[in-house]
Amino acid sequence: MITIALSKGRIFEETTPLLAAAGIHALEDPEASRKLILPTNREDVRLIIVRASDVPTYVQYGAADLGIAGKDVLDEHGGEGLYQPIDLQIAKCKMMVAVREDFDYFASIRSGARLKVVTKYVKTAREHFAAKGMHVDLIKLYGSMELGPLVGLADVIVDLVSTGGTLRANHLKAVEEVGEISSRLVVNQASFKLNREKLQPMMDAFVGAIGKK
Amino acid sequence: MRNWLLPEYIEDVLPAEAAQIEHLRRSLLDLFEVHGYQFVIPPMMEYLESLITGVGHDLDLATFKVVDQLTGRLMGVRADITPQAARIDAHMLNNQGVTRLCYAGSVLRTNPDGLAQTRQPMQLGAELFGHAGVEGDIEIQRLMIKTLQASGVKALQIDFNHVGIFDALMKNTDPVFEKQLYQALQSKDQTEVKALTKDFDAVARDALCALTELNGDVAILAEAAKRLPKSPAITKALAELLQVSNQLKDLDVGVSFDLAELRGYHYHSGMVFAAYAQGCPGPLALGGRYDEVGQAFGRARPAAGFSLDLRGLVKALPRSNVKQCILAPYGNDDSLIKKIDELRKSGEKVVQELPGHEAYVDELNFNRKLKNLDGVWQVIAA
Repeated sequence: MITIALSKGRIFEETTPLLAAAGIHALEDPEASRKLILPTNREDVRLIIVRASDVPTYVQYGAADLGIAGKDVLDEHGGEGLYQPIDLQIAKCKMMVAVREDFDYFASIRSGARLKVVTKYVKTAREHFAAKGMHVDLIKLYGSMELGPLVGLADVIVDLVSTGGTLRANHLKAVEEVGEISSRLVVNQASFKLNREKLQPMMDAFVGAIGKK
Repeated sequence: MRNWLLPEYIEDVLPAEAAQIEHLRRSLLDLFEVHGYQFVIPPMMEYLESLITGVGHDLDLATFKVVDQLTGRLMGVRADITPQAARIDAHMLNNQGVTRLCYAGSVLRTNPDGLAQTRQPMQLGAELFGHAGVEGDIEIQRLMIKTLQASGVKALQIDFNHVGIFDALMKNTDPVFEKQLYQALQSKDQTEVKALTKDFDAVARDALCALTELNGDVAILAEAAKRLPKSPAITKALAELLQVSNQLKDLDVGVSFDLAELRGYHYHSGMVFAAYAQGCPGPLALGGRYDEVGQAFGRARPAAGFSLDLRGLVKALPRSNVKQCILAPYGNDDSLIKKIDELRKSGEKVVQELPGHEAYVDELNFNRKLKNLDGVWQVIAA
C-alpha cells in the first residue's frame, strides 16, 4: 500500500492533475468528505489529508510514503530524513519581507536598528536575517501576520506573498525576497529504496506532467 | 507527583522487551565471536577531544558534556562507540596486521536520533582495522547481513554508495558551501543542486546533478560510468561497488545503489552502506569505510565497520513470547529442592512461591506446576 499525504485546498487542487497523469484519482472530494483517509481508483494507493505543515512529519516517520509539501513548510521542518526529488512547480509564490507603506526598511537596517519580526516561519526568518547580519527579535504567530505592523506588534513581517493583494489591502509593501516557494514531492527514505517499482512510475508521470505545462 | 517521571526520550525497558533485547545481544555477540571479532568494553565517558575527532566529527552537539572535577577538563558521555574502538585500535592494541573488534553498550545523545526516538540507543557493532582493500568492506558487509538475518529480519535490502565519487567531483572546499551542497544532495533536491552549482563548469555541474538521479539497481553503475567524468577515482569507486554486488549474491538480500547518499562523508573515505527492511521507515544498520580516522589518535589505520541500535532493531521484529515458568510450592524438604535444581539445570524456569502471596499467584507467568504425587515431585499442567 502506497500512502500519499496531501493538504486540502490549493495544494490538493493543483496536485489532482499530476495524480491523474500517474493514473490515480481520488474517489472522494476532500472538501466534501470528512474522511481523513481517501481511497483511490487504485487499490494499492490511498491519500491521507493532513495539515500542510504536518506533511513532512508523516513522511519522515513513514506514516506516508509520499507527500506534497511547500518549500516553506520543508524549510521550517528541516527536511531531515526526507528526499525531495521533484519540484512540482505548483502552488508557486514567494517568501517576502514586508513592512508598513510608511516604514523605511533599508534606512532602519543602515541605522543598525534591532527590528521586531512577526512570522509563522521562525526558522526561515531567523536564517534570512542572520545571513544579512541583522539582529532581530522574532515573534511567532499562527496567522494574520499582516496585522503585526499595523497594531505595533512588530516592524516587519515575513510571510508568503502570491498576488500581493492582502498586503495592499492592509497598506503594507513587500521590500525584500527571502526565497521562491513551490511545492515539492517528498519521499520517505526507506520507502524510496524499498518500493522503487511502485514509486518510480509515479514520479516519472509527475515529471512528465510538469514538462507539459 | 511528577518526580518519578523520566526525562523526555529516556525510557525504561520493561521485562518482555528487555528479555528479547538481552537474548538478541548475547546471540549476536556470540555470532561476532565465531567470526573472530574481539569484544571490548570502552568506558561510558572520556575526554571530549577523543570522542569528537575523526569519526566523531559530527557528534559535538550530540554529546552530553561534563567538567571533570579531577582535572578541570571537559569530558563527554559517548554518543557513539566507533571512535572509541578506533582509539583502542590505534593506541591500546598496536597490532600491525588486521584487528577485529566488536562492542555492545548504551550511548547517550542530546537529541532523539533517528526513528527510534530515543536519546539512549543501545549500540552494537563490529569494526575491522588494518585492511585497506575492498575485501575488508565485503567482510564487514557480510557480517552485517548475517547479523540482521540472525536477528530474524526478513527481506533485507542493502543500499550502497562510495563517497569517493562526491570527493572527486567536489572542488570547492568552502565548508559552508560544502554543507549546503551536501544537504541538497542528501535530500535529492535537484533544483537546489542546480542553483548552488551555477558557477561550476558544465562537466562538474552536470555530474553533481546526475548524482541525484543515479539510484536504483546494479544497472545504474553502467549509467553512472557514462554520465560521470572519467577520473581514476570515480572509475575505481564504481568498480568497487560492482564487485560488492557480485560478492553478496549468495546471501539472499536485495542490493541497490544511491550515489547521492552521503551520510557521514566528513569521515567516510570509501564505501558506505545501509540496511533497510520492508515495514521499517528508516535504516536498521549503517556502516562504511573510514580510513585515516586513526590519524587523530596518532596512527592512521584503514578501517571499516557497521553498527546498529539494538532497541530499534527489536522494535522492528515481531515480539517474541516470554518463556513461561513452572510454579513450585514453598517448602524446604530435600526432595523438592533437589527436583527444582534438576529442572533449573535442564534449562527450565522455575519460580518457588513464598508464603503469604497465594492470592497473587496469577502475576507469575506460569503454565505448569510442580506437585507431589504419591511422594514423587512431578511437573503437571497448571
